[in-house]
Amino acid sequence: MTNEAIPATSTSMTALRRKVAVRLTVNGQRSEHTVDARTLLVHHIRDNLRLTGTHVGCDTSNCGACTVLLDGESVKSCTLLAVQADGGDIATVEGLSGPHDGYSAMQEGFRQCHGLQCGFCTPGMLMAATGLLAERGLDITEREIREGLEGNLCRCTGYEMIVRSVRWAAEHPEPDAS
Amino acid sequence: MSLVGAKVLRKEDPRLLTGSGQFVDDLSPTGCLFASFVTSSEAHAHITAIDVREALATEGVVAVYTAADFADYPDVPGGLPDLERPVLARNTVRFVGEPVAIVVAQDRYCAADGVQAVLVDYEPLPVMTTIASATAPDAMALHAAHGSNVATIVPMLDDLERELDRCDQRASLHVVNQRCAAVPIEPVACLADWTPSGLTLWATFQAPHHLRNYLATFLDVPQSRCRVIAPDVGGGFGAKIVWYPELFVAPLLSKWLRRPVKFAQTRSEAMVQMSAGRDQEHDIDVGFDRDGRIKALRVVVSQNLGAYPDPTGLGLAVLTTWMAAGAYRIADVQTSYRTVTTNTTPVAAYRGAGRPEASYSIERIVDLVARRTGLDPAEVRRKNFIPPSAFPYETHNEAVVYDSADFPKALSECQRLMDYDAVRAEQAARRNDLSKPLLGIGLSCWLEIAGFGPNGSLEGFGHLASWESAQVRIQPDGSAIIFSGSSPHGQGHETVFAQIASDELGISFDRIEVRTGDTATVLQGIGTMGSRGVPTSGSAVKVASARVLDRAKKIAAHLLEASEHDLEVADDAFNVRGSPGKKVGWSEVAWASFQPLSIPPEMQAGSLEERLFQESPNFSYPSGAYGCVVEIDRDTGKVTIRDMVIVDDCGVVINPLLAEGQVHGGVAQGIAQALFEQIVYEPDGGQPITANLMDYLVPSSADLPDFVAGRIETPCPNNPLGAKGIGESGAVGAPPAVINAVVDALAEFGVEHIDMPATPEKVWALMNGART
Repeated sequence: MTNEAIPATSTSMTALRRKVAVRLTVNGQRSEHTVDARTLLVHHIRDNLRLTGTHVGCDTSNCGACTVLLDGESVKSCTLLAVQADGGDIATVEGLSGPHDGYSAMQEGFRQCHGLQCGFCTPGMLMAATGLLAERGLDITEREIREGLEGNLCRCTGYEMIVRSVRWAAEHPEPDAS
Repeated sequence: MSLVGAKVLRKEDPRLLTGSGQFVDDLSPTGCLFASFVTSSEAHAHITAIDVREALATEGVVAVYTAADFADYPDVPGGLPDLERPVLARNTVRFVGEPVAIVVAQDRYCAADGVQAVLVDYEPLPVMTTIASATAPDAMALHAAHGSNVATIVPMLDDLERELDRCDQRASLHVVNQRCAAVPIEPVACLADWTPSGLTLWATFQAPHHLRNYLATFLDVPQSRCRVIAPDVGGGFGAKIVWYPELFVAPLLSKWLRRPVKFAQTRSEAMVQMSAGRDQEHDIDVGFDRDGRIKALRVVVSQNLGAYPDPTGLGLAVLTTWMAAGAYRIADVQTSYRTVTTNTTPVAAYRGAGRPEASYSIERIVDLVARRTGLDPAEVRRKNFIPPSAFPYETHNEAVVYDSADFPKALSECQRLMDYDAVRAEQAARRNDLSKPLLGIGLSCWLEIAGFGPNGSLEGFGHLASWESAQVRIQPDGSAIIFSGSSPHGQGHETVFAQIASDELGISFDRIEVRTGDTATVLQGIGTMGSRGVPTSGSAVKVASARVLDRAKKIAAHLLEASEHDLEVADDAFNVRGSPGKKVGWSEVAWASFQPLSIPPEMQAGSLEERLFQESPNFSYPSGAYGCVVEIDRDTGKVTIRDMVIVDDCGVVINPLLAEGQVHGGVAQGIAQALFEQIVYEPDGGQPITANLMDYLVPSSADLPDFVAGRIETPCPNNPLGAKGIGESGAVGAPPAVINAVVDALAEFGVEHIDMPATPEKVWALMNGART
């Protein structure tokens, strides 16, 4: 049955549906949208900005598939409202680039070391690892990589090749990153 | 240079590393609506009323549907008579999470609002989540028409009591192989677009043609108007070959509403709606002599099916009983099984699907025999191994003839890599040193059945057939497109099949593309499961490529005015052997192949295309030897894996990098089952208490060790590649290695067994004589 025949009644959703303005810089591009206050950052990125590289794998902030960089720090974009990021500078997987045939060292490390299989966790893993190296520096140990990425789940690789991938990136610093 | 055997980087990676992959939920056609299920909050109840009025009045909600709206359509396919699953619960709900109604809305937020507004009244019924409760004498039948909760039963021919009694000793073990969740990081999603030109369904699925075949029947439309596409799929592990209701109702919603309609599970929905894996219990009796030789083995398997039998779920116990004797020559083996419906999420394939259950039990049993005889577990294994000379080896089941293996060699390599004698010496030195953690050593000499399969094998699970298709098409410029009916979800088919085709055709790897996952472009297909990607599907690519090359040589010979027998192909050109410089490029041959005036008169234009349905004369039997060293904290019972050594034999390896990745992933899931993961239901009410990733412990990078990988190779004699398959090996081999190590560490406490997962709580309880 469809709702055409039934008169609309008031809902209690008014507050959640209050429209708010969200201004972001994403991968260097400025955008301004009016969204429902309840819109999660990840859905704003995926549905309004149409950057679908950032994925959603859970609803409890455990899997990290939605990880992006907000003002340089990795955040789980399913755990933030879009409006909480208002005014922020966001980097998503689509914004990664570098000297390795166009790929960043982290992307190239994942390619060289088979750090991905199905690729669903990969964008979040790349952003978390990129943020981790920026924060911890290139002399990071394998144990520190394992602990630094524990907020990102991968079901395909068993992680060792992801750790190798991040090590590869650390060993191939980009000119402006060192 | 041969690409088969080379570490070639993947064709898939550039798009997946840049966010350009296309997963189902990434697709959002104009006007797309979003649908969500209202699901049962009760494990077993009659539905007494469903009130959708408030939902229909919710802003953004377009429509609400209940079971009555689907009365003209059949049940979910593949069930057993009287045990079918309706697309939406009719009158009775049988597990928490079972879809009861559907809300379609403008977007996922509005759909969630609508779901919250649907009111369902339930009248509770007795809840049975376990095999024991569902088979109790007074248990209510979940499906009244069937009359019992035992869905299927295969008894044993002989109880083996005489043979067991004749042995020097006998022992029994009750083994629980706990319920696990597959947890592909991409949950289930589908997008249906029913237009006047026909239906297109994008689905997170491992076997799009299989879905197309059943979907067209369900909808009563010709298959020619029903297109299924599996785009990039974010992992499957067996849980994406299951007939989820949304796959069948989404097309109808799109038809009725004349808009594209998408379903996309949240993880909390996935944890109760996506099929679970394992959930078997085994009662095992073994008879053996003082010298450690195993003489008789009896394995009684009980399979928890969940609320509705899944076609694959019904077959899990078959595979378990087939593989019950593992790598060992045992004179008398008897098995039986029964499958049981319970008030839980349906159970289906999960990486290994019936074989991890078999390997776990037989490898636990061999360790028990070692314990009871006082012999080293490695020695007991060697005494009982099927020797390399005994292949092909006929097992206790006539359907199962092991192809090839070298168990002693694999075990020796494993022991070498783990420095077995040194670790045993360290263990002896450490015993009674309370300042150090307990040390345990575990072995697993596993064997599985893969390469599905021989004619008849997949038909038993409801598939059209057991072959796999390949189509090799040469383009006019001499590049090639390979179409495969095996639709991947992370395995790397695009890379591996291009390697195989490149070697066969002499066309550069970069000029070969592999297309999968679309019923409109791939001629027919079965799917990706049962570790069949390389042995079955890859063999199809090899044979089809060879046939195309034969015809291309005829054209090249015609152009060169040479004999085709004198031609060799490499680097995108045909060369005349012994005549340097006399050659013609693949591009010229390909171009000519479409020109009737340029080809030999007996040939036809467009002949450089081959389609093939590759059959297999037998299964393949990947095997290996895994070794695990654990430390257990004496105060907390926490198990830490110190070494994990994995020696695989998957026959010929196409791409060692990808093979290693497959094994790592499988071993990670195996360790996860051994130490961390279990789906738990609250026993009285049947509420799942591990229904999100906060409560269900999928290990992270910090929880898992590095792996030490070795390899031996006994080629598979039954396919042209000599490959056995590698996808499930790790999940089959790892759990017994880890648990054998844990039990070994706990030997001083008299512990002979611990059920998975070996959590700190359970281990601590065993160390302290407390009840678990």
